[in-house]
Amino acid sequence: MTEVRILAPTGMLGAGFPPETVTRGLELGADVIAVDGGSTDSGPYYLGSGTAKTAAAAVTQDLRLLLKAAASARIPLIVGSCGTSGTDSGVDWVAGIAREIMAAEGLDLRIAVIYSEQHASDLDLRRIRPLPPAGPLDPATLADCTHIVGMMGHEPIVAALEGGADVVLAGRATDTAIAAAVPLMRGLPPGPAWHAAKIVECGGQCTTNPRAGGVLATIDEHGFTIEPLDPDNTCTPQSVAAHMLYETVNPYSMREPAGTIVVSEAAYSAVDHRRVRVEGSRFEPAEQHTIKLEGARVTGYETMSFTAIRDPHILGQIDTWAALLRKMIGEWVTRALGLGDGDYEFDLRLYGYDAILDGIEPDRSPPKEVGVMLLVRAADQATATAVAKVVNPLMLHLPTPDMDYLPSLAFATSPAETERGAAYEFVLNHAVDVDSPTALFRIHRLEATDA
Amino acid sequence: MPETRTIADLAVEVRSKNAGPFWVTMEVFLRDQAGYELVSFLDAPVIARLYGVDPAGVQIFRVPALNVVKVSFPRPVSQGSLRDRDIHAGQHHVPLARLPITGLRSS
Repeated sequence: MTEVRILAPTGMLGAGFPPETVTRGLELGADVIAVDGGSTDSGPYYLGSGTAKTAAAAVTQDLRLLLKAAASARIPLIVGSCGTSGTDSGVDWVAGIAREIMAAEGLDLRIAVIYSEQHASDLDLRRIRPLPPAGPLDPATLADCTHIVGMMGHEPIVAALEGGADVVLAGRATDTAIAAAVPLMRGLPPGPAWHAAKIVECGGQCTTNPRAGGVLATIDEHGFTIEPLDPDNTCTPQSVAAHMLYETVNPYSMREPAGTIVVSEAAYSAVDHRRVRVEGSRFEPAEQHTIKLEGARVTGYETMSFTAIRDPHILGQIDTWAALLRKMIGEWVTRALGLGDGDYEFDLRLYGYDAILDGIEPDRSPPKEVGVMLLVRAADQATATAVAKVVNPLMLHLPTPDMDYLPSLAFATSPAETERGAAYEFVLNHAVDVDSPTALFRIHRLEATDA
Repeated sequence: MPETRTIADLAVEVRSKNAGPFWVTMEVFLRDQAGYELVSFLDAPVIARLYGVDPAGVQIFRVPALNVVKVSFPRPVSQGSLRDRDIHAGQHHVPLARLPITGLRSS
């Protein structure tokens, strides 16, 4: 009977894992190592700027262990969503790190990179559809994006492996595609392959101790079995089933480029105290193959300032104080800079009081201390900083209306203002119909001579 | 026992997170079936009032095998924008966790 064993060492390349857990996975007969290199979860900055969230040193450390493991076991290594957002710059960044490691360690592996970045002018607007809750796409939105990526399914990865790659460094890919690629390539049924891929996407997240390293999933004709790589860690039917809830809108079905994973009939049972068997997962092929697009654009430039209050008198009327500050910011900025409402925007946050939940905060009891963050956004950095500087005396000395002296509040840093650079937002929540699952993606084999 | 029991009192864990850049999702892991049945009052209008969102966008999934209720709705504030105070939406479970049970059930 055909079986494929997927080794998922960690939820994100650069997050780290105990080296012995990967050794253990090889001993258990891993057929492929699959690891995710990114996510949109940390916000639009990484896609917008084409830079990575992870530190190069941390990626290097993980990648060295994984490249050596793949070489020693002669199994493929697949990295998805390279460089956090999967831009071409992210793929090149990880490829550069991989080549340095291979040179230093004397490894001889064939690397294929898969680029997923899209040019606005190449996309066919007539074939782009909104995904809920988005509306129809304005062509100007596409043109405004600093980077657009298409989210690949398993097909480009399979094509790279069939082309002889030992290591596949993919641009933006679904979290599941990197793990599903080899079992699908070897002819295993898509239900178990995709469901197993979803369960292993975050490494040890589906175990009872997510900090103890990753997992190994064994996929066969009828289902899959999952176990933690750390012999002391456990998977339970609950811990595995619960992972279908994680970061998904719908826990029973998930869309992939080629169709939908349906797990409403899946049964989870304990094989022993630390392994779980899953059967009954289905994959419903879609009539139309679609690729999800992600794009980010610059919304302006931000400057941040942060002061803090400990005086109980002001804290006793913090809402009144904050309302006064908001009103005076408008007045002072107009007076000093001649700017009106449309020229800049600001967000005033009262950390320790209601900053996180704002309007839906259920508990407004008086706080012991409050951090006051001012975030200013304008069309250019100089304007945002000028606004923050004009507001600075208010954040230092603003009293409540009943005080007849000026308090001095506790700035956290000098200078008070921090320039945050460009700010971004995600603007695409759309999918494009494609005739071929590999059409939007460019596969390149890196030669030894490539710089 | 406090006078007003909340969802948190019945749960092992209440959590929230982004589900992609445009959705927030949260789960209540109830301790047992009795707790799971006590939160059957959770529906789209309750969530919409609690989070100030459109009830039409609220999706609720019940997973009896795990004693879980899962709630998803479009993110009210664009992720990472000027007014987004919770980039991962990881602290937005609190209003749900603090929701009282007894008052709603005894009436």
